[in-house]
Amino acid sequence: MEFALREEHRLVQTTVREWAATRLLPVAAELDRAGRYPPGLIRELGDLGLMGVFIPEAYGGGGMDTISYCIVMEEIARAEAGVSAVLSVNNSLDCFPIFQFGTEAQKRKYLPDLARGRRLGCYCLTEPTAGSDAASLRTTARDDGDHWVLDGTKIFVTNGVEADILIIYARTGGEGSGGISAFIAEKGDPGLSVGKVEHKLGIHTSSTCEIVLQSCRLPKDRLLGERGKGFHIALATLDGGRIGIASQALGIARAAMEDAAAYAKERRQFGRPIAEFQATQWKIADMATRIQAGRLLTYRAAWVRDQGRRHTREAAMAKLFASETAMWAATQAVQILGGYGYIQDYPVERHFRDAKITEIYEGTSEVQRVVIARHVLGLS
Amino acid sequence: MSRDVWVLAEHTDGHPRKVTLELLSKARDLAAALGGRVAALVLGESPAPLARELGARGADAVFVAEHPLLATYTTDAYTAVISPLVAREQPSLLLIGSTAAGRDLAPRLAARVRAGLVTDCAAVDLDGGRVVVTRPVMTRKAIARVAFRDGGLRIAVVLPNVFAPAPADATRAAQVIPVPVTLDPGAIRTRVAGMTPVARETVPLTEADIIVSGGRGLRGPENFALLKDLAAALGAAVGSSRPPVDSGWVPHDYEIGQTGKTVNPQLYIACGISGAPQHLAGMSSSRYIVAINKDPQAPIFGVASYGVVGDLFQILPLLTAEVRKLKAAQAG
Amino acid sequence: MNIAVCVKQVPDTEAPIRIRADGRGIEEGGLTFVPNYYDEHAIEEALRIKERLGGAVTLITAGPGRAVEALRAGLAMGADQAIHIQDAALEAADHIVLARLLAAAIAPLSCDLVLCGRLATDDNAAIVGPAIAEFLGLPQATAVTRLELGQGTARVHREVEGAVEILELSLPAVITVERTINEARYPSLPGIMKAKRTAITVRTLADLALAPDDLGPPRVELLSLTPPPRRQAGRILEGEPPAVVKELVRLLHEEARVL
Repeated sequence: MEFALREEHRLVQTTVREWAATRLLPVAAELDRAGRYPPGLIRELGDLGLMGVFIPEAYGGGGMDTISYCIVMEEIARAEAGVSAVLSVNNSLDCFPIFQFGTEAQKRKYLPDLARGRRLGCYCLTEPTAGSDAASLRTTARDDGDHWVLDGTKIFVTNGVEADILIIYARTGGEGSGGISAFIAEKGDPGLSVGKVEHKLGIHTSSTCEIVLQSCRLPKDRLLGERGKGFHIALATLDGGRIGIASQALGIARAAMEDAAAYAKERRQFGRPIAEFQATQWKIADMATRIQAGRLLTYRAAWVRDQGRRHTREAAMAKLFASETAMWAATQAVQILGGYGYIQDYPVERHFRDAKITEIYEGTSEVQRVVIARHVLGLS
Repeated sequence: MSRDVWVLAEHTDGHPRKVTLELLSKARDLAAALGGRVAALVLGESPAPLARELGARGADAVFVAEHPLLATYTTDAYTAVISPLVAREQPSLLLIGSTAAGRDLAPRLAARVRAGLVTDCAAVDLDGGRVVVTRPVMTRKAIARVAFRDGGLRIAVVLPNVFAPAPADATRAAQVIPVPVTLDPGAIRTRVAGMTPVARETVPLTEADIIVSGGRGLRGPENFALLKDLAAALGAAVGSSRPPVDSGWVPHDYEIGQTGKTVNPQLYIACGISGAPQHLAGMSSSRYIVAINKDPQAPIFGVASYGVVGDLFQILPLLTAEVRKLKAAQAG
Repeated sequence: MNIAVCVKQVPDTEAPIRIRADGRGIEEGGLTFVPNYYDEHAIEEALRIKERLGGAVTLITAGPGRAVEALRAGLAMGADQAIHIQDAALEAADHIVLARLLAAAIAPLSCDLVLCGRLATDDNAAIVGPAIAEFLGLPQATAVTRLELGQGTARVHREVEGAVEILELSLPAVITVERTINEARYPSLPGIMKAKRTAITVRTLADLALAPDDLGPPRVELLSLTPPPRRQAGRILEGEPPAVVKELVRLLHEEARVL
């Protein structure tokens, strides 16, 4: 068993950490306050190959493994969580399904632009009446001869405002998961529009919106994978996506811990830095331990995935643990800063707001627990 | 080998550079201890008149190398003239100021004549018969003591503003020794095609006694005007930490720190500068440091002789006015 | 254009250092090592020239085993090949000896241009570049802030006292670059993968047909390293700005006597 990072992983880590520290961290607070998506920075990420980390170089990607992806996500999220959300959706929820399930023509058409950050992807699964119960989705896709016609509304679409490429799940058959198919749509397809833009608690730099489909006509070659296999694609996609979210959560947790620790060393009360008080030390110790535990779970899930093996349980465990750690660590960090933790001049209130979504999207903690339990108990 | 200490005398506008005078002063001490003479080495198109001032400032002898091709510094011409000269005369030690030309020349010369070479010297002393220098290393986190081993020429490239120039003594006259120069124009492989001055109102940073310096806290290029006002009142030079240079507010010529200049003034006033190690490396040997910053936790306060926690936009105009008052009272 | 770039691996300037008990060096344990910042600008300049004019960029470093990481980082930026000189004789080398060694490794490469960072941030010596030029018998330009290439010539801007000098020189030449010459790129992930697959040539003195005596003895030696002198603790002046300013000027005039 080898616990050390390989040389290329360390180089990825130093490179991305340095980029994030010089390009992203200095503007993070301001971007969050303004709720502004940073197209220039996303383009830089594309130039570095970070928008398609594990897509092969032949398709314009970084050609790296899942552990590299974890490292990238954690370092970006440590600087600014919203940008890491943009990165995660593009990588896991768009590049991956097209690479894994697309035809050669689809891969050549979409992957190079997605992997290089020239076009942004988003993922449309959730609906007003279908969240955790995604298989009950109601958007329909009707076979109209040489086109598919899609009707329905998707909500909570990350990157929806800026995205050019959309993976949309719609019902082509009967009830239940077996009747769902996946499609590749593009902004500009007739009948596809951006609806309501949401105002969120956190990750303000990443847009979240409705996508409205009204007799949206897609050419036949836009079907992704086999008809009726859409739900299978969605779940396979989420397995990888959850590893990315776990890494995002670790980055946020680390930001909370590092900012709290730096503050505790400077802040003096009762004649000493508060870092010398046990109550503070125990919080920091627990943060550090849980982050490390979360990282090991996440790297293991990444490793199993890179072995080509099923990793649903490992990904669920990683996402569950890391996201709950992030929320807990951010709460502790606010507490360590006390009154200042509540003030927007200090970064920990942003970590607190950003952390919460990691317990919700790509499968809530409740869903993760069900997934894990089913594996352990041997239930289907 | 002789016991003489040589100084490469750089000059501008017909006068020796300030660092040359500083080195001549130090050379006198060293030569006295070694039992040798101080010789200045001056190259140029018609540098002979400089011999008088060099003598007044400490040189016992002045080697004068005169040639049109020496009018402006070039690596090939200067190396071609100096290397046979040092090979023949064998001085004990050659001091060169850490100027652009000095830093360009010294390693080339050292490689050609196989001299020992240490750059960025902040002290030059004799210790048990050996020449020992000290220099800052690792972003000034450590001071290295380096000795020259025996045999061959020793070259020390010395930081400016480390030694005090000796006052001019008009009664001292140096022996002038002309150096015959034959230079083949074809052997000079670089050509100075132009020179664009960088605007600077007062003395260069490396020669200034007082420096007023600004950092990210100034918020924008237009606010350097506040520093310029204070600098004008003080007769000081204006410098900068790295962020204003990276943001394009001031040219790189202003930068003080690890990736800029190392300065050693009597008084360094840091305005809106946090005091990162890379900046401190360039100015922490200043005699007195004043820090003005609104963040009481800024590391600069750890090195400041006098610290002011406050809004520099309020403090600077008040300080300028107060300095003007003092200067007026001193003049009257 | 064939370009050689000299790279040095140095400790990260951000980190604190610990001086060894014997005072003869620093403790390496726990230190992060990075490519010398100025050399990254040299690599970037070489890559830009290659992108415009074609050719190959070869990196060279002389150092212990860990120095290979600096070469990988440079390869990841886009350099084509790398040479790592490793030999026990390097331990005792001074800058001039090192330059002689690097020149011996560069000479067979038939380069049009040799680029170095102006200095390395561990010792700020700024010796190796011009010394390499001497040992290769090539013209040099130091502290270059802008580089334009012509037919067999280069035109550079150099920072000198109070001015920018424009210098023309014939190629091949050795040029040391100032950090303001360009914005160095970050290695991309495809670059990192390509660097991983690129074989690095390792050379000892014997491989370069050199015996330690050929390099000449080092002419300087480090006697000791000590921490810098501690500054006396200063004082923070408190109060309303007008009063504080008055007090500061008074102190500078009467106590420090600098005004």
